[in-house]
Formats: sequence, structure tokens, C-alpha cells
Amino acid sequence: MKFLKLIRRNTTRHFLRTSLTILGLAIAVMAFVIIRTSIDAWYSGARASSPNRLVVTNKISLVFSLPIAYKEKIAKIKGITGITYAQWFGGIYVDAKNFFPQFAVDKDTYFDLYPEFLIPPQQKEAFMKERNAVIVGRKLADRFGWSVGDPIRLTGSVFPGQWDFVIRGIYTGAKETTDEATWFMRYDYLDERMKKETPQRAGQVGSFILRIDDPSKAAEISKKVDNLFKNSLAETKTQTEEAFQLSFVSMAGSIVEGLRIISILVIGIILLVLANTMAMTARERISEYAVMKTLGFRSIHILGLIFGESVFIAAVGGVCGIIITYPIKILVGTALSNFFPMFKVDILTVILGLGASLLVGLLAAIFPALKAIKTPIVDGLRIIE
Amino acid sequence: MSEVFVQLQSIYKSYWRDSLEIPVLYNINLNIAEGEFLALMGPSGSGKTTLLNLIAGIDKPSQGEVIVNGQHIDGLSENALARWRSQNIGFIFQFYNLMPVLNAFENVELPLLLTKMNKKERRQHVETALSIVGLSDRMKHYPNQLSGGQEQRVAIARAIVTDPNLILADEPTGDLDKQSEEEIMNLLSRLNGEFNKTIIMVTHDPRAAEKAHIIRHLDKGELYD
Amino acid sequence: MPLLWNYSYKNISTRKLTSSLTIFGIALVVFVFTAVLMLSNGLNQTLVDTGAEDNAIVIRRASQTEIQSIIYRSMANIIKTDPAIKIDSNGTPMVTNEILVLINLPKRSNSKFSNVPVRGVTPMSLEIRPQFKIIKGRMWRPGTSEVIAGVKAASTFKGCGMGETVHFGMRDWKIVGIFETGGSGFESELWGDVDQLMDAFGRPVFSSLTMKLKSSNQFDGLKARLENDPRLNVEVKREKEYYRDQSSSTTLFINILGIIISIIFSLGAIVGAMITMYAAVANRTVEIGTLRALGFSRTTVLFAFLTESLFISLIGGLIGLITASFLRFIEVSTTNWDTFAELAFSFRLSPRIAVQAIIFALVMGIIGGFLPAVRAARFRIINALRAK
Repeated sequence: MKFLKLIRRNTTRHFLRTSLTILGLAIAVMAFVIIRTSIDAWYSGARASSPNRLVVTNKISLVFSLPIAYKEKIAKIKGITGITYAQWFGGIYVDAKNFFPQFAVDKDTYFDLYPEFLIPPQQKEAFMKERNAVIVGRKLADRFGWSVGDPIRLTGSVFPGQWDFVIRGIYTGAKETTDEATWFMRYDYLDERMKKETPQRAGQVGSFILRIDDPSKAAEISKKVDNLFKNSLAETKTQTEEAFQLSFVSMAGSIVEGLRIISILVIGIILLVLANTMAMTARERISEYAVMKTLGFRSIHILGLIFGESVFIAAVGGVCGIIITYPIKILVGTALSNFFPMFKVDILTVILGLGASLLVGLLAAIFPALKAIKTPIVDGLRIIE
Repeated sequence: MSEVFVQLQSIYKSYWRDSLEIPVLYNINLNIAEGEFLALMGPSGSGKTTLLNLIAGIDKPSQGEVIVNGQHIDGLSENALARWRSQNIGFIFQFYNLMPVLNAFENVELPLLLTKMNKKERRQHVETALSIVGLSDRMKHYPNQLSGGQEQRVAIARAIVTDPNLILADEPTGDLDKQSEEEIMNLLSRLNGEFNKTIIMVTHDPRAAEKAHIIRHLDKGELYD
Repeated sequence: MPLLWNYSYKNISTRKLTSSLTIFGIALVVFVFTAVLMLSNGLNQTLVDTGAEDNAIVIRRASQTEIQSIIYRSMANIIKTDPAIKIDSNGTPMVTNEILVLINLPKRSNSKFSNVPVRGVTPMSLEIRPQFKIIKGRMWRPGTSEVIAGVKAASTFKGCGMGETVHFGMRDWKIVGIFETGGSGFESELWGDVDQLMDAFGRPVFSSLTMKLKSSNQFDGLKARLENDPRLNVEVKREKEYYRDQSSSTTLFINILGIIISIIFSLGAIVGAMITMYAAVANRTVEIGTLRALGFSRTTVLFAFLTESLFISLIGGLIGLITASFLRFIEVSTTNWDTFAELAFSFRLSPRIAVQAIIFALVMGIIGGFLPAVRAARFRIINALRAK
């Protein structure tokens, strides 16, 4: 490309202005990626879900539980190869602000259905032996500085009283998308105390998790489960794990929508900054473009120069933006760690951010370029005289 | 003399400012032979530059025809005109109009980017053009590192680098001191005599006009001898 | 010191494209900034308005929300005898025992499921919440499967409109009335007869007791008595405080995100303003030299450019603020993470937010304009005049 040199020289002509523009672009591209990443974070549960798992909850709402006795009935349905259950514990660690998800799970079956939680065998064994043992995620352990053997006390909110635990295991995720911020305690520890204190609340679980052999039969099996308990006091709602997770995203509907809108507005900001720079640049150079046209350069060449400069600046800004995204991501991820266990920048988001900045590069050049080619040579030459 | 190279027939040119028509040129008829060196003189606002712009094809007449080297240029499209200019015209401006971001070599090379020449050929042409104007030693200098006379010589090198037959110069010495003016005019004479370039020069300076073969006067849009 | 007001103003109006792009950029940033503040304020206000100053609420200790709270009848009977509770003209203590559960219903907008709070109430519940008003239909009749819906629940969820029915707890519940409570969080709920609902859900316990106090300053006494009573295991809060606490996670989330977004956006806008002002200075080098030659001081030139920048940002700020003020008409509905219940609220503008938005815009103008203005003021007259 014979014109690259001229484009590059033009770009660095107003060094300060170009640097500021690139800075503005970089900040906006970074913002775009961060906001998109936080939208993704809402969906992290859904993305980590397995098509082989179904979740059974009380039809009225999550607040209501199901009798543990349902387990035997459900397990008889054909196509189900595994069943386990969990109960939301909802304890408070020191202060209500230290929120993290806690589940009381069946020690024997739960981790069979969730092979993505990797637990060292000795730790798993220790969990089996001790009633008040817990296994926590790597990230959760890091957040509070816990290690194996630490005693932890939680104050129950759903289940009243003080509860004492010992950390016996720390799990890691098998996949990038696996949540590493959850607390698993033993269901029998919870149930035993319920039997003593409030017998009417014993033998209740929040959800059953089913493993099915054929994901294409998910709808059929779900219906069978729900029909079993139709018109009983505790009707069930069975859905795929993904649908179950997505229902949490849809609850936050407006916020996610708002974020989407803001991420588009950010692109608007880049467009304004760059369009501003290009408008100024092209106006200052109208006479130069006239000279070039006099020398025999055609409109296409002038367009190439202006678009080339704009896209070049946009590309540099976009790349700088992606580079600063990574340190910023860590800061934001920490600030929002209460809300999002997962805050990872997806490669697709990066591509989208770069693509958006290039698109902006093209859009920003349209008006200045049109102005440059529409100005008659004679008028363009007159400007400096 | 040899055949007619530039032919202006019944040219009428006016501009519109709001709804007011401002006539600039009336009934201009002018024939310029190949290898001629013509000076167009006249006070400011007489229409000299407009006439030059019409010949360069960067402006169009309201009425009449412009024929250069047998080509009716008033009928060509913008792009065709641009292509035509790059091959046939060398233009020299009063204020040199060099690209400030490019050095002397690169400024001269600029019109060659429109040709199919490779890098090596371009280098040869640029070096030749710069040696003709006597600036072989200033190739890496940027416009703001050159004097006015040197800048104009770079501009002349740029005008001749594509080897056009017709050179149009708009007040080429208008912004220069006496010594530089002398240098530039000698250079133009040489291009005309030695390289047989047809030159049309607009000026209001009688001393500059002396070097031309023919002097025509323009006053209030009309041409006089 | 003579200020060049007119000069600054004329310059803005001459460079229309650049100025308007910058104004638009600042407007956009102020819009987002204001919208976030309005959203957070709207959420807060909705929940704060839900509680009354002289009402107190009793829930089980450490249960955080009514949904997780359990109060047995025996406990309720003890609480109801407390002397701090106001007695109405009929001689009845103004206290109500309620149950609150969530039911999962599809939204009208996208058929997706979300949680609607269903509150079992007593006639006294209406007495101690004076903003309560039926705007359509009538009150439920005791002992029937009738419920009334808050205006926001009625408009958000399928089956919650006037005359429609919702199915839960093995019964069909008919919506016989629509009520308002002055924009508070109750409008996102369904209200029915507490005995009927306890029966349907198979929950023979209350979630909370709410009472009107004889006077607001009786609260501390009430709190001390109930929380120290060994027969009870409860927590007593002012109703207002209780509802404010219920928005803490969501407000925190909106605020953290809002601050991050505002900072990022404002950096973008500051850069835009700087670019514009630097160009303004560069294009007018000769003018600046002339002004200085005419006898204007460096300070005057500095202020002329700062004025220009402030003027641009003020216009941008006003446009952003005015545009954002139209958001008041938009209703937002989202899950409140503290309760997991769907809560509808609006963007709410306050004088404080308006002032913050304008200050924010002016700060962007000052930061964006300062360095360029300094550059303009530091030109040497002779060099400036000679510039091409």
C-alpha cells in the first residue's frame, strides 16, 4: 500500500489529539468489554449447566420445599440414571454482606451428579466421616482466607440458630465455566437438628437434581415427574438445569437490559470522540486535499486517506482498550464478587469490542470524507489564501 | 509556430453568491501553441486564477469550451478529469502547498503514487526531478526546514515529475524575495526551452512576466493583448 | 478583569459540528450518570416509602426477611399485649399478623417466570397502612379464595389483573380488586385473607407482626421488651428501617456498577472536551496573539477558554439532565436480591440528583478545558501572531 505512509504520518501529525482520541477509544472499548462481561456473568450459571441434568423444585416458588420422600418415587421413572437433592441453607458468615451460596447436600450422591467439582479423594473421605464437614470452592476459600481444618460458624437465617462447621475440603472446577464459590455442607447435619428443634421442617429439601441418559427426552421426563405430584400439596416444576439457571437471569431482567443499552451507549461515546477528531482533521486539511486533487488524485484516494486514518486510530484505540481491560477486569470482578462468582472476559466479547471500534472508525469518517470530496477544488484552495 | 495545444473558445464564467450572479470572465478566446510560454497578467480579481483553473480542469466554464491537446475537458467527469490531470498537467501554487508531513522526496513522489511505477522507477524519477530543480541535497528535508524558494522548487519538481506537457503556475513568485524569484523564473524558462514544456503562468509581477514569450492582460474578465 | 463572554459564546456557535459533538457527548454521559442515580434513588424511595415512621415490625431473629421468618401463634399472642401498641377507637390493639410467601408466575411482557410476593393480611393491616386505597373492584371477603392485587403486580404478571385468576396451593384465586399504596413496594404484591393463605400453603405460622405505636418514641421500649423476652426469639425493627435494609444489596449493586460506568463514561467525555478545546486553541493561535497584543492579560485568555469549555459542558449537562428526567415515566421491574421477590419501581429525580448532574458536567468541562486553556494563556504574543 503506497498510501500507508501518508496515513501514518497524518495520524501522528497532531500527536496530542491523536493520543487523546486513542485514550478515549481505549477507555470506551474497555468499558464495553467490561459491561458485556458483566452481562455474561449473569449467564455463567446457565453456561455451566449440563444438558443431562434436570432440576425439580416446588411449583409455587423456590421458597417452598419438597418432601424428601419424593426421591424414591422420582427415581423409578425410566430414563433417570441418578438422583440427588439439595437444600438452600442461607447462613450468615459474620456479616450479612458476606453473602455466598450455601447448599446442604446428600453426601453420598451429590458429587456423583456434579463431576465438574473436583475434590481430592482424602478430602472427600473426610467429608463423608464428619457430620459438620463442609467442602468449599477454591475462590470462596481465597475470598475469606480459609483453609482445610478451619472451624467456621454461621448464623442461620432460614434455619435458626448458630451452626458450627469444619472445612474438610476445597474443590476446584473441571471447566473454565465451573463455579468455584459455593459452600457444600451435609444435609444429614441439617436434618438431624431440624428433627430435634422443629420436626415439621425436617425431611424437606429445596430441589431434586436428576441425571438423565438422553437429553432429548428432557421434556418428556420432566412431564412425567410433574404428573406424579399433580394436585398434591407440593406440586413440582421440573426443568433442565439450563432453564432453571436462566430463570434467575430473567428475574434480573431490567438490570441486564439496562446494561445492554449502556454497552451500546458506550459505543456511541467512541463514535462521538472519533467523529469529532476526524471532523477537525478533515476540516484542517481541506486545502491539502484540494492540492492533491489538483495533482490528479481522485475521490477514491482522498476517501482512502480519511477512512484509513480513522480506522487506523480506531484499531489502535481498540487494541489499547483490550489491553487495559485485563487489569480493570480484576478490579471490577473483586468489587462485584458478592454478586458474580464468575467474571471472565470471553474471547468473543473481545472480538466484538474490536469489531465495534473498527465499525466506529468507518462511521466516524463518513461525514468528514463526504465533506472533503464534495468541496470543489477551487474552494479548497482558496481556504489557505 | 507548431500546432495549437490549448484552446479556449467563447468562455463565459460566473459565480453565484446567494442569488447574485457575479460574472468573472467574458467571451474569452485564447489559443496557445505547443512549447509556448505565456504570462497572464492583471490586477487582483481580474479572473486570472479562474482562467488558469479552467485550463487545469479544476473548475468548469459556465459557457464555452476548453480543449487541451485535442481533448474537450469541460465534458469529462470528476474522476476522468483527475486521471487526466495526473497525466497531463503540472500545477504550481503561490503558497507551494507541500504536504507538511512529507519530506521533499516524498512530496515529489506523491503524484507518482497514481501511476503504475514500482518503487525503484519512482525513486529514479523523483531524483531526476529534484536534480533539475537543484535540490538533490535536500531530499530528506521537511517543508518547514526549507526556505520559501526551496519549497517552491520542490513544488516545481512535483509538477514535472510525471513529465506532463503542460505546466500551470499560479503566481509562482508571489510569495518570494527577489533572489528566489529570479531562481524560479530561470527554472521555468529552462523547463520551457530545454524540456519543451508548454507553460501558462499567472502573475501580476512585470519582472516575472519578462521571461515569457507572450504576455496577455486580463482586466475585469476580458482579455487584452 | 474584562471577561470575553461574547468571544467565548461566538466561538462555540461558529464551530457548530465540533461543538455539538462535544455537547452531545457530555449530554450522553450526564444522561447515564443521572439515570443511574435516579434508578438507585427510585429503588430506595420505593422501599423507604413502604414503611411508616411509627410502625414497627417483628420477625424471627436473624431471619433477615419476612419470607424466612416464622412467628408461632403463641408468640404472636404474647407480642400483641405489649403496652406500646396503639389502641384504636374500638379498643382493639392496632397490630396485624401476616404471612408472606413468594409464588412463581409468568410476566406479561415475556412470559418468563418471576416471584410475586403474596401477603396474607387482616383488616387491621389496612388500618395501619393509611396510604392503602382500592382503586378498582372491592376488598376480598373473609373466608373466600379472593385476593386483591397491587397496581404494579397487576400490570406486570399474567393472571393478576382485575377479574383474572391465579392458581396456587391447589386453589384458584380470583382477583377482585386492585389497590394502590402511594407508590410503595406493597404495590408489587398480592394481598389475601391470612387464614385462607396459611391454610392453602399448609403453613400454620405467621411471617411477621406489624404494629402501630402509640408514639414513635415508644419504639425503644418495645424493642427492649420483646427482644429480651425469653419466650420469644424475635427481632424488632422500625418498619421504615426494615424496608430500607431490604434494598441494600440491590442498591449496592446499582451503585457500584453506576459509579464504574460513570467514571468510564466521564473519562471518555473529558477526552472529547479536551480534543475540542485543544483544537479551538490551535486554530485560533493568531487570534489569541491579537487579543494579547490588544492588552488582554494571560488570565483573561485563560478564563475565556475555560468559559467556553464550561459553557459547552453546561449545555451538555442540561440536555442530559432534561432527557434523563423523562425516564420518570418508565417503570423498572427487577428481582430484589434481598428478598428474591419481584419489585417494580420508577426512576426518581430529586433536586439533589439534578445538582449532582450539573456539577458533574461542569467538572468534566473544567478538567477538559483547563490544560488547553493553560496552553492558550502561555503563548508568546510574537510567536502567536506569526503562526500561519
